[in-house]
Amino acid sequence: MPKLKVDGIEVEVPAGATVLQACEFAGKEIPRFCYHERLSIAGNCRMCLVEVSPGPPKPQASCALPAMDNQEIRTDSDMVRQARHGVMEFLLINHPLDCPICDQGGECDLQDQAMGYGHHSSRFAENKRAVEDKDMGPLIKTVMTRCIHCTRCVRFSTEVAGVNELGALGRGETMEITTYLEKALASELSGNVIDLCPVGALTSGPYAFVSRPWELTRTETVDVMDAVGSSIRVDTRGSDVLRVLPRTHEEVNEEWISDKTRFACDGLKRQRLDRPYLRREGRLVPVDWQEAFDAIAERLTGLAGERIAAVVGDQCDVESMFALKQLMTALGSPHLECRQDGARLDPSARAGYLFNTTIAGIESADAILLAGTNPRREAPVLNARIRKRWLAGGLEIGLVGQHHDLSYPYRHLGDTPDVLSRILEGEHAFAEVLRRAGSPMLVLGMAALAREDGAAVHALGRSIAETFGMVREGWNGFNVLHTAASRVGALDVGFVPRAGGRDLAGIIGGMADGSLNLLWLLGADEIASDLPGDTFVVYQGHHGDRGAHRADVILPGAAYTEKDGLYVNTEGRVQAGIQAAFPPGQAREDWRIIRALSERLGHRLEYDSLGDLRRALVAAHPVFAALDRPRPAEWLPFGTGGPVDTTPFGSAIANFYMTDPISRCSAVMAECTEVFGIGEAA
Amino acid sequence: MLDDRDRIFTNLYGWFDWGLDAARGRGDWSTTREILGQSPEDIVEKVKASGLRGRGGAGFPTGLKWSFMPREVGEKPHYLIVNADESEPGTCKDREIIRNDPHKLIEGCVIAGYAMRASAAYIYIRGEFVNETRRLQAAIDQAYEAGLVGRNACGSGYDIDIILHRGAGAYICGEETALLESLEGKKGQPRLKPPFPAAVGLYGCPSTVNNVESIAVVPEILRRGPEWFAGLGRERNTGTKLFCISGHVNNPCNVEEEMGIPLRELIDRHAGGVIGGWDNLLAVIPGGSSVRCIPKSICDHILMDFDSLMAVRSGLGTAAVIVMNRETDIIRAITRLSYFYKHESCGQCTPCREGSGWMWRVMERLVTGDAELEEIDVLEQVTRQVEGHTICALGDAAAWPIQGLLAHFRDEVEDRIRRRKAATSVEAAD
Amino acid sequence: MSGHEFAEEQPANWEFTPDNAARADDIIARYPPGRQASAVIPLLDLAQRQNDNWLPLKAVEAVAERLDMPRIRVLEVATFYTMFNLKPVGRYYLQACTTTPCWLRGSDQVMRCIRDRLGIGNRGSTGDGMFSLLEVECLGACVNAPILQVNDDYYEDLDYELTGELLDALGRGEPPPPGSMAGRNLSESSAGATTLTGLRPASPGLEGE
Repeated sequence: MPKLKVDGIEVEVPAGATVLQACEFAGKEIPRFCYHERLSIAGNCRMCLVEVSPGPPKPQASCALPAMDNQEIRTDSDMVRQARHGVMEFLLINHPLDCPICDQGGECDLQDQAMGYGHHSSRFAENKRAVEDKDMGPLIKTVMTRCIHCTRCVRFSTEVAGVNELGALGRGETMEITTYLEKALASELSGNVIDLCPVGALTSGPYAFVSRPWELTRTETVDVMDAVGSSIRVDTRGSDVLRVLPRTHEEVNEEWISDKTRFACDGLKRQRLDRPYLRREGRLVPVDWQEAFDAIAERLTGLAGERIAAVVGDQCDVESMFALKQLMTALGSPHLECRQDGARLDPSARAGYLFNTTIAGIESADAILLAGTNPRREAPVLNARIRKRWLAGGLEIGLVGQHHDLSYPYRHLGDTPDVLSRILEGEHAFAEVLRRAGSPMLVLGMAALAREDGAAVHALGRSIAETFGMVREGWNGFNVLHTAASRVGALDVGFVPRAGGRDLAGIIGGMADGSLNLLWLLGADEIASDLPGDTFVVYQGHHGDRGAHRADVILPGAAYTEKDGLYVNTEGRVQAGIQAAFPPGQAREDWRIIRALSERLGHRLEYDSLGDLRRALVAAHPVFAALDRPRPAEWLPFGTGGPVDTTPFGSAIANFYMTDPISRCSAVMAECTEVFGIGEAA
Repeated sequence: MLDDRDRIFTNLYGWFDWGLDAARGRGDWSTTREILGQSPEDIVEKVKASGLRGRGGAGFPTGLKWSFMPREVGEKPHYLIVNADESEPGTCKDREIIRNDPHKLIEGCVIAGYAMRASAAYIYIRGEFVNETRRLQAAIDQAYEAGLVGRNACGSGYDIDIILHRGAGAYICGEETALLESLEGKKGQPRLKPPFPAAVGLYGCPSTVNNVESIAVVPEILRRGPEWFAGLGRERNTGTKLFCISGHVNNPCNVEEEMGIPLRELIDRHAGGVIGGWDNLLAVIPGGSSVRCIPKSICDHILMDFDSLMAVRSGLGTAAVIVMNRETDIIRAITRLSYFYKHESCGQCTPCREGSGWMWRVMERLVTGDAELEEIDVLEQVTRQVEGHTICALGDAAAWPIQGLLAHFRDEVEDRIRRRKAATSVEAAD
Repeated sequence: MSGHEFAEEQPANWEFTPDNAARADDIIARYPPGRQASAVIPLLDLAQRQNDNWLPLKAVEAVAERLDMPRIRVLEVATFYTMFNLKPVGRYYLQACTTTPCWLRGSDQVMRCIRDRLGIGNRGSTGDGMFSLLEVECLGACVNAPILQVNDDYYEDLDYELTGELLDALGRGEPPPPGSMAGRNLSESSAGATTLTGLRPASPGLEGE
């Protein structure tokens, strides 16, 4: 713990801290461009120069200098002031004066720091440098004349994203940042370079010239494009969501988000269900809420509960699922289902369906066995955490499943579940890796569980976890990596078949043989493409996607940006989404729709506000009492022992860019699919 | 003048064969095994005692630099890196060592490598030296064949490999950490220090980077004894030195002389004097392009060593003496150096990347006088904003020649601006 | 001006010849295991030599593959170092040093002679593909200034006339031996050495090679 003085203020900093960090401890702001806490130190912008004694009689880059005992740092001396002014002048001489037409304007580090350290006029009488823009694909717009060569983007893509595609060609004043032959930056995390760029060289392509930061209303909420639950900020103007940015959450997404999280938001404005519809003579016609409710009530009249089923989708908030479950229960239906993909998971043991290690916990692992998962495509931000752990050294990774570029090296052990059996039996070399490991992890993906033998694979996973010491006090290395933002919440409220109820296959079978007469789809689009029979389908959701096409009644709901709602991420972390905009037209928050209909059906649900609903929810499921504090789940039996078959693990996600109604409606995601293929540098 | 008996590079002019047999005839490799019989610490102490200062430009004491290496080899091997990326304008001495006396360098590698417990020596030679690379590789091959290098070098029990690595055209790779980056297969961009190479060098291993001449003189120092070397020159500025005398002299040449030789004697005795006579001298850049030039008034009496030149705000650098007589457009001469530094800036850090281009462009206008008088002060301030603010010394090197020009020839710069203004106003009046 | 310029016409494929592939393996073996990236400059040089002194992008990629390096990292190297030619150059690639020590000794005359004889200036090429010219920075032979590098060889102590002689000889396909075109011995004073005179052999230079 070195003790040093910053401008006379004594500070004690952790060993290994830099002088820059010491200055921050002392409350001194150090200007910087190239330095970034989560990237390697480049020391190239020279903005963070401070005076250090003992040391050479010239200013030192504080970002790269280790803090040492008895150092005296000056951040306010003439030497430092002159150094900062000098560096700022150099940065500006070749920087265009195009702030009025630059999208970074108003949130630009260079602009901000020029206010503090810039001269008010230029002494540079020469021509400014012009640099050709680079094509980095549909997401990143480049204006390379603005580049100040801080190399944050190069370091991010190399270090965090693990794609060695960005570089700086040439040298000296002609050095230019580019991708290899201007190929689009093929990373699911590419958009983060926009946030990292301290100037307007790399800006958001889809957001180009859309708005100024001071026109925006900011709402801090959580993402539902995958099961990570990244912390995001949704920027709106009026009722339009204009952009999505990451918020820092050290335990979840640090400060990164995936390109789908960031760029699918244009899908919120397309193909929206903004009023109720009713199918009449084969065609969906607009109706009012009353007509829609009447049609449903009419259908339900005299219908036995066992002839009714409900399926919830992948982006539903917990409250609406809880309300729907209560309504279904009141109607006497035991046929509840949340596992659109057919994953053989059940709510009996929470530890059996959580990512128990937690995302931050990955950093403590020393061996990871991935099974039936492609985390890069299913949860890019979580995958970046695995890569971060790998970069730190001493991590061994094995994969059973489809072979993909995960951005870090791993041993491909095979693609069938029997490899897991052989590991369990100690007949596979990777068993030794797990045995040697102090903190081993197993990650089961949906491709391992959403299959005929999924319950057996699940049980096999439990045995592996128990056999290799993955579950002990203070460590649980058994993990399920979900792809659906709503799935853990749905399992937590028990949106699965009740006693005698049908699962997904049973429901589809019931539709085919006519034993089910009404199916309620709450945002469930993934199964809706070819539902058999002439079962009456109620689709409640926000997009005119697959479910709406099959529907007989459409109840327009709210997308995740348009309602307050709880979501539980793959770790079991309960997080609150906050409404950033209003649902379009007559669309309403989903719990309100269910509540209103329950009254019409004569089964009035006992809450009139979201607060009341949440109190009922917490009373029924105490797990929802604590926001953002995942608690270790009790290790109980789960899975069903039995033989596993020899079918290779498939893929949980076909196309990273299009996984849900929102991203399927996004023109930006469609363009990405065209440019990048289906993901991970295809 | 240095006595021929005190000269180390006796084949400087290539009169004799460069090969092993002839080199042995000149005394190379004669007692290497005995030298390697001493402890590494003893060798380091002797090199310290000799007063040898690095011959690559910075003049850091060589023995002291070696002593920064860990005393024992830990998990990581130690490396000796020889900087043969000779690129400082005016400098062409290492080329002569390599092509005429390569065995002095190779023997030096074995001894220096032993002193720092290196398992290998990498010699980084500039890419343009294609023929010199061939020569040096042939000499290395001879040394391997004769058992002087490799396993059990010279029968001493010490193992060392020597690997020759050619660069590809980048002055900056003469900066020791840029050299390491380049050797690792990257762009030659200098590293942040600390950590220094002795702690984290090539491949993250303890490494020491030395200039060719520094290494090549070591065997002779150890054979003759440090006192001999320390007895030449002056205190803190000892030994002999290869001088490269270029520019406006009658007979440009390389010559080995005693440290501290008067500049005038060096030029008059060895280079045939200034073209047009001593009184026709305008200025000299005494240590390679990176040091500030000195006007004739200083040249008249200055001694050629580190401390004397430092005292007049210049430097011995690589001892590359660039002579300019009164026919020289010195503004253009310095401007061409500004272009050089702009061209060779690696582009990594802001002050050098942006400042080197700015300075050069202003200098180009000063050549024609197309500037305002106030811009001279701006230029001077820009050099100060670059100097001392960069990752490596290239920023300083880009600033100093201009500072030298403005310190000693400001009148000439101002005159040119005034003349141009006068000429244009006459034109305008016409 | 900006953007790194690559040859417009690029070969569709490129690979090392079997001989050069073997050489590449030898080069890689000089460096410690796992440090094969160290061989990137030597391999790019090898590729360039195999390809008439310029580097097509496919050769950059071939080197990247052989060294298991990302292509962008190899391209960074290929564009950072000035000796890699990303466009074709003439059979005689003239690199004229014009840095101050050469300029003081008349590099302008060398450039003028090249313009007069070949009709090309900096970055120019003759239409017949015989010559191309690049102004370069200090070649490190300053006491033998001015210098013109022709492919691998230095021609030294040039003036207008000697440059003309050199170009004529090259044009005939008869490159003279490298070194001083003025007939001086290496970096020795042209008036004869002022040191080591006692050691001087009877026939200077004849004891060499």
